[in-house]
Amino acid sequence: METLLNDFSPGLFAMQIVILIILLFLMKKFAWKPILNSLEERETGIEDALLAAENAKKEMQNLQADNERLIKEARAERDAMMKEARDIRDNMIAEAKEDAKEVTASLIEKAQASIAQEKQAALAELKKNVAELSIGIAESVIKKELSSKQDQLDLVEGILKDVTLN
Amino acid sequence: MYNLIGAGLIVIGGGIGLGQIGGKAMEGIARQPEAAGKIQTAMIIIGALLEGLAFGALILGK
Amino acid sequence: MKVAKKTIKFLAIAVIALITTTSFASISGNADQNHNVQNHDGGQVNTQKEVTDYIQHHLKDSHDFTFFSYTSEEGERKHFGFSLPVILWSSEGLVTFMSSEFHHNDDGHVIVEKNGLKFAKIHSKIYELNSDAATVSFDETHHATNAHKVLDFSITKSVVGILLASLLMFLGFSALAKQYKTREIPKGLGRALEPLVIYVRDEIARPNIGEKKYKKFMGFLLTVFFFIWILNLLGLTPLGFNVTGQIAVTLALALFTLVIYIFNGSKDFWAHTLWMPGVPYILRPILAIIELTGFILIKPFSLLVRLFANITAGHFVVMSLIALMVTMKEAFGPVASTGMSLVLALFIMVIEVLVAFLQAFIFTMLSSLFIGMAVEEHEHH
Repeated sequence: METLLNDFSPGLFAMQIVILIILLFLMKKFAWKPILNSLEERETGIEDALLAAENAKKEMQNLQADNERLIKEARAERDAMMKEARDIRDNMIAEAKEDAKEVTASLIEKAQASIAQEKQAALAELKKNVAELSIGIAESVIKKELSSKQDQLDLVEGILKDVTLN
Repeated sequence: MYNLIGAGLIVIGGGIGLGQIGGKAMEGIARQPEAAGKIQTAMIIIGALLEGLAFGALILGK
Repeated sequence: MKVAKKTIKFLAIAVIALITTTSFASISGNADQNHNVQNHDGGQVNTQKEVTDYIQHHLKDSHDFTFFSYTSEEGERKHFGFSLPVILWSSEGLVTFMSSEFHHNDDGHVIVEKNGLKFAKIHSKIYELNSDAATVSFDETHHATNAHKVLDFSITKSVVGILLASLLMFLGFSALAKQYKTREIPKGLGRALEPLVIYVRDEIARPNIGEKKYKKFMGFLLTVFFFIWILNLLGLTPLGFNVTGQIAVTLALALFTLVIYIFNGSKDFWAHTLWMPGVPYILRPILAIIELTGFILIKPFSLLVRLFANITAGHFVVMSLIALMVTMKEAFGPVASTGMSLVLALFIMVIEVLVAFLQAFIFTMLSSLFIGMAVEEHEHH
């Protein structure tokens, strides 16, 4: 301790204090303040940039989600439209089938009706023919009646045979 | 003469202390290598405090 | 344009340096051939005692800047270096002269007369002789009996070291500061200095003082850190500075820390120091005394002693190992002793480079720790 106190130089101490105060002042003014300020500026700049990047990323994600949603919606819409079209087609086919059925049915009906008419007409014709035939027969019978009774009978029988054969 | 004995005692004490600090710090680092930086800093600070104590005693006795 | 500006600046600095050196320099070759060569920085160093004296002399501040000295074949002592101004506050007021007037004498044999006062230099300290004395007389413990110390504001070697370190710091960091005006990321030396500034801020100040208040103390912490570091490193160069090994310098640094944390102490800090809550009333004054001595005496004392003792011990060990070359020459022969001292000194030098950083780091770290303790505000329980 004694040697230490002996070594202690008050002059050097005073010089050191004075120089250190001046140095502190100068360094603070010309070095530390601008350095620390610009470091801080740079750091906040970097932080801001990072934040901005993060935000942009989030926005991108949002956009992507939006896009996906839109695509999904479009797809759903398309599906719905397709379904509708299919339904319409099916309906149309079914209706067409129905119509066709109705038309054929009516045609068949008409045909049957006309067939029936024709038949009626044919029957009527036949009846007329039969009547004419019978009248003809009767006429010839009557023509032949005058000759003999037996002849008459033979004739009738012969004619009747012919008729039934017809 | 007595100064030297005192200095020897100080060095013994300081050595034991430093050994403890260093050893425990090593153990700590071995146990948790990821905390090595923090342990090192703390070790250096405590070592410095011990050093100050020992040097103080040495100088007072000189 | 820029290059031209730089060159001009460089020239200006060179001119200033030249002027100062030439005005200080008086390369004193044949100054003291008629004086006893057995003084502490003179003579050949051979024996153990001379080595110890030489180291002791180096560890002290000196009034002239000697790069090296040798004895010529005619037995004449030659010193290469320059003398520095001596500024004294004596009983008659300010006295100044150049240190060359002592002719490198360090044991009080050369007496300089100025303004009717007589001065002598004994072990790197300047004494003023009493008015009736013609030479310094010593008692048996080698204390001067008829002379007393004067206040010595000389530009000693240490002061030169302080000024040099300050200049280096100022030039380096103001250049870095200037770079930020034109570019985002500095280049050259600034690129190496910037991480150091960030290191001090993020590893030392922020965690210890706290996010809110660290900005106020950054100037002090950065200045002290680089000041100590540069001076520690300068001490390892062959220039032979031992500035941070001067107790006056470390005391000044520690006092700055003390003043800063005393004047920035928060209300909570003083409350906790002087009237510790949660402790029986009888113990509170005792605790207050303990805490106060801790903060005012012990903490700065440990700060100043740690730096001083580390650097002194480092210089002592390095110089002792270099001196092995001389002291072991007879025992091992010149080659072995030189090789041994080279290897050992190199090894210790590498450690000293680490210590140079570590001490600057620890000084700053503990300063910020103490400041952090003082400014901390507790939330009330």
